Amino acid sequence: MSEQAHATTATYLRIAAILVMITLIEVGIFYVPTFQAVLVPVLLVLSTVKFALVVMFYMHLKFDNRFFAFLFGGPLLLALAVVVSLLFIFYGAVRLRTGV
Amino acid sequence: MTHATSMGLDSRKMAFWAFIGSECLLFGSLISTYLVYKGRSQVGPFPHEILNIPFTSFSTFDLLMSSLAMVLALAAVQRGDMKQGKLWLLVTALLGLVFLGGQFWEFSHFVHEGLGLTTNLFGSTFYVLTGTHGAHVTVGVIWLLTLWVQALRGKLGPANAMTVEITGLYWHFVDVVWIVIFTVVYLIQ
Repeated sequence: MSEQAHATTATYLRIAAILVMITLIEVGIFYVPTFQAVLVPVLLVLSTVKFALVVMFYMHLKFDNRFFAFLFGGPLLLALAVVVSLLFIFYGAVRLRTGV
Repeated sequence: MTHATSMGLDSRKMAFWAFIGSECLLFGSLISTYLVYKGRSQVGPFPHEILNIPFTSFSTFDLLMSSLAMVLALAAVQRGDMKQGKLWLLVTALLGLVFLGGQFWEFSHFVHEGLGLTTNLFGSTFYVLTGTHGAHVTVGVIWLLTLWVQALRGKLGPANAMTVEITGLYWHFVDVVWIVIFTVVYLIQ
């Protein structure tokens, strides 16, 4: 894949509009009591969509050589594994200590 | 001047993606620390007492728009439209400055409310995480203003588009980190 093929200005504007709309939805559901039960998973999904849109279109990973995606995706997955592992280790230790 | 690797890819861009990968690990560790200590503060102020969602939503909007301005700057430089390129580079830097001003106001307000770096676990992890991000934004703004001055002096053109693209990679990375921080710190309390 070429390093040069990027999105058009119209695509950039559409992505910006989508990002703003998702942010408005995030803030909106934060204030709606009905959504409190599903707030965390919904916010995580919406945040992931925003993250992916910026990385794929503004950082051009969708159009660039796949090796760049590997250079970014590998450490990103490792960082995610660190976050999940630490949460399991810490909350597992707390559960063992408190018995709850 | 080309900087191609044996894979035919620009070596500066490849090195910068590797750097961004290492930054993922830095912010991953800071976000982990924040999450591990979340809800463990023994004394206030607590997050729900002082975090200002409408204000931070504006900061998020500001940073998202700066990312748009950055890609428009890159597109303009790539097609040789330096008038637009200079304009969008300046807009990106100014939006970054607005974000930093907002963060300065937020930190000042929190300190006034009694939340210092060593007040509680929330204060320590919050200031280190968002402060590290703010330091990255500061570096980005200085970088952007440097490019803008180069453009004003006629030393930036389509031949240097890769320099602008790499600057853009850094700026967008700072934006995606904020996307995560906004959700994890501000919205999931």
